[in-house]
Amino acid sequence: MSSLSHTLADSATMLRRNLRHMLRYPSMTVLLAGMPVVFLLLFVYVFGGTLGAGIGSGGGRGEYIVYVMPGILLMTVAAVAQGTAISVAMDMTEGIISRFRTMSISRASVLTGHVVGSLIQTMIAMVIVVAVALLIGFRTGATPVEWLAAIGIIAMIAFAVIWLSVALGLVSKTVESASNLPMPLTLLPFLGSGFVPTDSMPTGLRWFAEYQPFTPVMETLRGLLTGTEIGNSALQTAAWSAGIALLSYLWARKLYNRDPAAR
Amino acid sequence: MTENLTAAGVPRRAGSSADNASSAISAVGLRKSYGEKLVLDGVDLEVVEGSVFALLGPNGAGKTTAVQILSTLIGADGGRVRVAGHDLVGEPDAVRSVIGVTGQFSAVDGLLSGRENLRLMADLRHLGRAAGRARTAELLERFDLADAADVLVSTYSGGMRRRLDLAMTLVGDPRLIFLDEPTTGLDPRSRRTMWEIIRGLVADQGVTIFLTTQYLEEADQLADRIAVLDHGKLVAEGTAQELKRLVPGGHVQLRFADPAAFRAAVGALSRTLEDIPRDEDALTVQVPSDGRVRSLRALLDLLDAQSVEAEELSVHTPDLDDVFLALTGRPRPSTDTATEKAVTR
Repeated sequence: MSSLSHTLADSATMLRRNLRHMLRYPSMTVLLAGMPVVFLLLFVYVFGGTLGAGIGSGGGRGEYIVYVMPGILLMTVAAVAQGTAISVAMDMTEGIISRFRTMSISRASVLTGHVVGSLIQTMIAMVIVVAVALLIGFRTGATPVEWLAAIGIIAMIAFAVIWLSVALGLVSKTVESASNLPMPLTLLPFLGSGFVPTDSMPTGLRWFAEYQPFTPVMETLRGLLTGTEIGNSALQTAAWSAGIALLSYLWARKLYNRDPAAR
Repeated sequence: MTENLTAAGVPRRAGSSADNASSAISAVGLRKSYGEKLVLDGVDLEVVEGSVFALLGPNGAGKTTAVQILSTLIGADGGRVRVAGHDLVGEPDAVRSVIGVTGQFSAVDGLLSGRENLRLMADLRHLGRAAGRARTAELLERFDLADAADVLVSTYSGGMRRRLDLAMTLVGDPRLIFLDEPTTGLDPRSRRTMWEIIRGLVADQGVTIFLTTQYLEEADQLADRIAVLDHGKLVAEGTAQELKRLVPGGHVQLRFADPAAFRAAVGALSRTLEDIPRDEDALTVQVPSDGRVRSLRALLDLLDAQSVEAEELSVHTPDLDDVFLALTGRPRPSTDTATEKAVTR
């Protein structure tokens, strides 16, 4: 077998290992999806009536749920990524990683197994979150093609954020700090166009909100699901995702390849 | 000291060793430090293929670090190492494909079952589905894990985890196996089982084994050659017998019922031995001995011939503390009992 097919085979083996872990603890996936679901319910039922009136189109709760969905979906991405950092950090404390390091296997396969596993977990969490949203009245006129594009956008940013979380999980010395480091990611939808339009924010915050990576993602999703203007948001999303993914991958690989005893 | 014993710091067979086809491990001048702390200070190792080599030393001597370097887990700061004929730095993957490592801390996946752990190894060794399944079943049977095969490993006992750990190492049929303290923390029965398994590996498959241990007895039971590591330096190397001969602690103590018998015994023993340690008040003598039955019989025969009867006989076999005291002139570090021993001596 060539080295490329070895890499693929080893990564598939590691993915099976991560999926087994996930299957054994399905509560973990449900728990990760639970956070965005709670925020969805909170924002729609507690704040939705008031916020809906303020989003410009002069709507109420029904309009707000449509507005808030992209932010909730990104929050789901961030929540799953937090789980990734935790499970990577936990893995590194296990002796089996030392075993993998002394075996003739593709080095990155341990990490790619985590990444692909978390991507699948993200999609499962998405299904749970969207199902709850549909139950409480989320309606969209999006076509199947637009839905597919939205899923593609989510997969793209999730891929980038998960690689970042893998690196954060590797750089953490304890599982506790691994669970805290990606925390700001779950707050990013708030500091962007996720819950209220950015033009209602004070200048400094608005500047951050408009240029932070999650805003173009949420604008693209909003455009695909509700038909608002997308503009160059899709392009920005692709650029941010590629940049974050590449840098995080290089960082994670460097962290993984250093001597384990130096941790 | 015997001929085969090598004092630390003297380069042995350096230069020619790298080309030796029958050497499984050949290391020259291995060095490693963590910050200011020097862990390995110029260690030379030569392990013959098909043999069992034990690295003996107390906690913190550098044993685990040596295994981690030789098994490609961490890099060395200096020295040249060839494992199974491959350069450790230049061809780590070639080394990895022929070695197996069972570490001090169990390298099993607690969230998977025993069978899944073994299948994971089979997949990573690219054995193929059918071959992997067969190898897994065979190893579960051989290591007495078949009953617990489909139970999560996190519920296994220490002995079971250690057996699974070794079974996982064996999935890829490694030619060279590193065992880092394979029985530390196990109960005596599990330890015996482990020893049997290790002996079986050498006898049946002719693999080379590099093991580390804190127990002289374990090295004695398993190893063809033993190297004693202390503070990152080899202080001695040889067979178990050669090491024990260095140790003054191995002796038989005889106690006699009355001063007459005591004097007769000292008289008889003095014909062959000089300066026998004795205690006239306690009526005891200490005769240097390796503790074997043959030499005990010879000793008793000698006394019998003089019609002297010993009231009590006790055998003192040397342990790691004695070896350390003999080799380094100080007790082994980090154990209080060793310090006490040194004081009373």
